[in-house]
Amino acid sequence: MSNKPVNHAKAAEHFLEDAPHLQFHDERLWDMRQKRDAQMHILPEWQELREEASRIKEHTLSRLPEYLEQFETNAKKNGIHVHWARDGAEHNRIVGEILKAHNARNLIKSKSMVTEECDMRPYLAKQGVTVTETDLGERIQQLDDQLPSHIVVPAVHKLTADVAKIFAKDYHTDPNIRDPHLLAEAQRQAARPVILHADAGMTGGNFVVAETGTFVVCTNEGNADLSATVPNLHIATIGIERLVPRMADMGVFIRLLSRSALGSPITQYTTHFRGPQKGGEMHVVLVDNGRSARLGMEDFWTSLKCIRCGACMNTCPVYRRSGGLSYGAVYSGPIGAIIDPTFNERKYSTLPYASTLNGSCTNVCPVKINIHEQLYKWRRVLVQHHEMPFVKREIMHMAGKLMGQPKMYRAAIKATEVSLSTMPRFVLYNWLNPWGKHRENPHPVKQTFNDWYRKNRETAKPAAAPETKK
Amino acid sequence: MKIGLFIPCYIDAFYPDAGIATLELLEKLGQDVEYPLDQTCCGQPMGNSGCNSDAAAAEALFVRNFAKYDKIVMPSGSCTHHVRDNFDAIPQTDEVRHVRENTYELVEFLHDILKVDAFPWAEFNHTVGLHNSCGTLRALRTASMSELGEKPFSKPMDLLSKVKGIRFATPRRPDECCGFGGTFSVTEEAVSARMGVDKVRDHHQAGAEYIVSADSSCIMHQQGCAERAGVPIRFIHIAQILNGAAQ
Ligand code: SF4
Repeated sequence: MSNKPVNHAKAAEHFLEDAPHLQFHDERLWDMRQKRDAQMHILPEWQELREEASRIKEHTLSRLPEYLEQFETNAKKNGIHVHWARDGAEHNRIVGEILKAHNARNLIKSKSMVTEECDMRPYLAKQGVTVTETDLGERIQQLDDQLPSHIVVPAVHKLTADVAKIFAKDYHTDPNIRDPHLLAEAQRQAARPVILHADAGMTGGNFVVAETGTFVVCTNEGNADLSATVPNLHIATIGIERLVPRMADMGVFIRLLSRSALGSPITQYTTHFRGPQKGGEMHVVLVDNGRSARLGMEDFWTSLKCIRCGACMNTCPVYRRSGGLSYGAVYSGPIGAIIDPTFNERKYSTLPYASTLNGSCTNVCPVKINIHEQLYKWRRVLVQHHEMPFVKREIMHMAGKLMGQPKMYRAAIKATEVSLSTMPRFVLYNWLNPWGKHRENPHPVKQTFNDWYRKNRETAKPAAAPETKK
Repeated sequence: MKIGLFIPCYIDAFYPDAGIATLELLEKLGQDVEYPLDQTCCGQPMGNSGCNSDAAAAEALFVRNFAKYDKIVMPSGSCTHHVRDNFDAIPQTDEVRHVRENTYELVEFLHDILKVDAFPWAEFNHTVGLHNSCGTLRALRTASMSELGEKPFSKPMDLLSKVKGIRFATPRRPDECCGFGGTFSVTEEAVSARMGVDKVRDHHQAGAEYIVSADSSCIMHQQGCAERAGVPIRFIHIAQILNGAAQ
């Protein structure tokens, strides 16, 4: 995998050039943000819920090993096989072995970002296992060979026409269909036989309950339930941070999750898995993949509180105008920008800069992650670790020096004004001056405030008395 | 109470009228104001881009200039936010702490400290749209934020509504960021400009003749976007309206 820093700015520019897609993307996500606001207004205890959710998560994370062990013990009592994966490779190997032991060749899967993180599909393909996504958005992304662009709505950047084209190619449907219901139906017809003949099913897990040894899956399409129950073998792949201590905690999160995500009161299907079905087998793979290292990062560990609702993406004005794929990572948007660098500091070094630090993400986050403050902190860390382009670093270095020296600074300001008023337009608006590419420059003025003050106020005051000559 | 006036670099260089209005307004309100001549910048651009150690010289100079004042006032929310919340490139001495604790953005100074309840000299016969920068809105909390569902309040609106003749227009997305974001406006130029255009169009469609703001950096960016996209709207700093701007 390439280590080259993601060029978010360039990818975003590309996304912006396509007006219909851009407008649809922005409006659709903004609509979700507004629906979320409406739900928040219905619940007077909203801020208390956020506080409580944050408290539960911080408490759990502070005693993660204990709770994980508690879960393992209880899950085993329930007849669940529990596996531990240190990283993506180990996760894939474990899943591969379970499948092999059952001679399973067809795996149906309902969205799990962790498997994307581990790059599981190509690994299993090499082992001769076919993986089929069963959720509409995920399936669209799979057929188009793209990463999900949003945590909750993976194909949100696509118009109906795009989907019709993709389905026409793979499902031989009419490429001119513009009715989303017809397209969903086409997906259903295509998926059903695959589901019926699958050897194994895979899901993620939104919450893992230590006290009961169970896990909870929240979806809107119900395919996770089919994936989990139609085949006899169910593998759930879950990040270790998904724990909550008690069943009693679930109410807080279930109330917040879908309201924050889509602005609906609850997800359509909230399924608690307690153990294998009769004659079946259930495996839970608990994945670390950098999480325990993140837990040790003083400024960034609270990012593990994330319940993956996507609210921060919906509200983010940069995400809405650049699209999830521009982040070049499994996790995009504000939450992606603070966790991606923990996966690969060089590759994702530009993402903390893909933000105006406006802070809206922090305000919508149901578990109160201080996202924009972590973005700010990441910038410091990245500079300290030399993950900032040399030129930019030098400019800041020079600017910093200049700002400490008033006389030089005054001289520099003069030069700026002169250049703005006299330099030919084509020099100002060339590629060296990104400001002017889509914007006019500020207008030159006759005198700076400093000059004005010296002229109009200084003289009024008793001057620093010159030696009187006698 | 002795007040030190800080005029941020871009106001000094591009919007001196906003600086003059700030000074005159404070003087009209009977304040004892001084402007230390050797000031440059608060250190925000360096701090904001992650190059925090490069902000040290600017921060040290700022403290040298302003430590002797009881209050430090500036017509900029984002610079106030930097001084108050992120000003830590230099050791935190008593002087530094004094400066950080006594720095105010103009609107909050007028609203919370002076508690001004009239601007008898001010009249503005126009429909304005208010732009709260994210620095003033979410960091200084000078107005309520839509994401939190809190009871609506707005300090700049409280002040502006005391001006004769003024009318307000409310855009569809009143507290969405305009896309300036400091160095973001250059490093992510395309997204930044697009956000700016969306913002000024939103105000224009709501019927605003002017966009008024307590932050000239947002104005500089939005003005550039509006001029390029041909959106007929004008810009003014809140200090100019409160000081009784020429119509
Ligand atoms: S960071 Fe917060 S808002 Fe964003 S996806 Fe996670 S829980 Fe949701």
